[in-house]
Amino acid sequence: MSSQEIPEAESLPNEQDTKHGTAVAENPFADPGLPPHKPRIQDIDERAAKRSERTVALLFTLSMLATIGFIASFVIFPVDKIIYVWPLGHVSATNLSLGLTMGLALFCIGAGAVHWARTLMSDEEMADDRHAIEATPEVKAKVMADFADGARESAIGRRPLIRNTMFGALAMVPLSGLVLLRELGPLPEKKLFHTGWSKGKQLINMNTNEPLRPEDVAVGSLTFAKPEGLEESDHEFNNKIAKDALMIVRIQPEDIKDKRELEWSHEGIVAFSKICTHVGCPISLYEQQTHHVLCPCHQSTFDLSDGARVIFGPAGHALPQLRIGVNDEGFLEALGDFSEPVGPAFWERG
Amino acid sequence: MKKLSARRRHPLAAVVVLLLALAATGGLYAAFAPAGKAQADETAQSLAIEEGKKLYTVGCASCHGTGGQGTTDGPSLVGVGSAAVDFQVGTGRMPAQQPGAQVPKKKNIYSQAEIDQLAAYIASLGAGPITPTEKQYSPEGADIAKGGELFRTNCAQCHNFTGEGGALTHGKYAPSLDGVSDKHLYEAMQTGPQNMPSFPDTTMPEKEKKDIIAYINSVNGEETPTPGGFALGGLGPVSEGLFGWIFGLGSLIAVAVWVAAHTAKAKKS
Repeated sequence: MSSQEIPEAESLPNEQDTKHGTAVAENPFADPGLPPHKPRIQDIDERAAKRSERTVALLFTLSMLATIGFIASFVIFPVDKIIYVWPLGHVSATNLSLGLTMGLALFCIGAGAVHWARTLMSDEEMADDRHAIEATPEVKAKVMADFADGARESAIGRRPLIRNTMFGALAMVPLSGLVLLRELGPLPEKKLFHTGWSKGKQLINMNTNEPLRPEDVAVGSLTFAKPEGLEESDHEFNNKIAKDALMIVRIQPEDIKDKRELEWSHEGIVAFSKICTHVGCPISLYEQQTHHVLCPCHQSTFDLSDGARVIFGPAGHALPQLRIGVNDEGFLEALGDFSEPVGPAFWERG
Repeated sequence: MKKLSARRRHPLAAVVVLLLALAATGGLYAAFAPAGKAQADETAQSLAIEEGKKLYTVGCASCHGTGGQGTTDGPSLVGVGSAAVDFQVGTGRMPAQQPGAQVPKKKNIYSQAEIDQLAAYIASLGAGPITPTEKQYSPEGADIAKGGELFRTNCAQCHNFTGEGGALTHGKYAPSLDGVSDKHLYEAMQTGPQNMPSFPDTTMPEKEKKDIIAYINSVNGEETPTPGGFALGGLGPVSEGLFGWIFGLGSLIAVAVWVAAHTAKAKKS
């Protein structure tokens, strides 16, 4: 460290010169060059080098043992075996042993390699000067001459039939890709505009799989419904419920601020799409006192007492409301489909 | 009679007439009022209501009003039912120590007997959900898998998929379900405390509530194993990612710094 201490200001150039003997006397910022090489103990003492070698070999051997331990614990422990380990608590024996052994195996390889490089591999400092990126004029001239030769030999300028058909062939090839792309699937057409709800479909409670009656839905409660006829065993259930999912809450009619919402409700029972209009997350974090619904993905917040309008967050539209009524048997039913597409906006939505 | 009519302009005449009229109406009421209930109820129940009213006056009336009618500081308690009282007081949420976005749970200062008395008084104000019996909420023999399905449909959006809780709007939050008793879980679903919506028996029958309680106990109980080691609060990718970035990458950097800081040269400089 002593050689790097800042010398007295006036004596700076001379001091540098005498110490390293490489800098030019007139230039105070001259390249001092590389510091003199210093040996390591392993370079001087063969016994120390042997010790290092053994340490590295030991680390690599440990890694091998750990890998064998990994395979052994994979074979030995049943996958559902739970053991108590302080301070982790009740953990899976398989996961813990696999993690520890694999971690040890990889760490020992890394530690061995680092120790090997630090103590035994050559640590002579080397300078490798940069060169210009540009090629020399001779190389450039040769490349241009080769290119001109090639063009002349292929006779592409003299035989336009070959040239033109080649361009034609190259231009046609991507067309086959276009045809394949078109076959990637049928266009969605009007699918995004409609859901499984239609006039007369009863609201089926997701919990009990029974149709809902208005008296079942208490003020402050939260219920999820699917359209009549959609069963969880259906092949397309997941695709369909992604659009049809319905959230039903009951609000005191005098607390509903939006006129259309009140009109589309049944005695304060309102049914809204459960799909966020931002990017389509299922959204049902309902607060029964404020009537706010929060989306867990990007914190869009909707006010269910005011037409589900957006009061916070990135969502662009209010949640679509399903118009509901009661049928002759006293069950809640839809009075039509949603009046607008559910879920996030898309190109043709307008 | 002449004497009486002569005194009709006496200053106290109005008072006398009023007293007579009051005595007459009171007497008539006592004679004709339906006597049955008030008299037959001279039992433990009415005693509990009486005691509960005293406790209410001391601990609750300042916010909820002297008759449970509610004030600007607290909602009306008419019709909330004994289950709501048992939950709110039993988990220490009520009496609240201060108004705010949400009343947190804290140490309960009432004995179960006192809570029952308070509940009896509030239940007497109006019909509401009744404190469940052990037979109703005990998850003995319930279907844990079905409970998991129901939990993910109805509860997980706020309480997280293993009931660790989560944030809501404006400082409100869904509390963690760690260590919440079966009875309180049942009552919360039944009554919908604070901003939680309720899940009444009409839309979520008693059996399904039991399934949900059984599921919560199996994923969030004392003995629930965490197969991966540290659960890190069970909050999912956020806490795990944070741990990986800070402690995982941090220790890699620390090792690299340590390696570089220790020279291998024979002569230390």
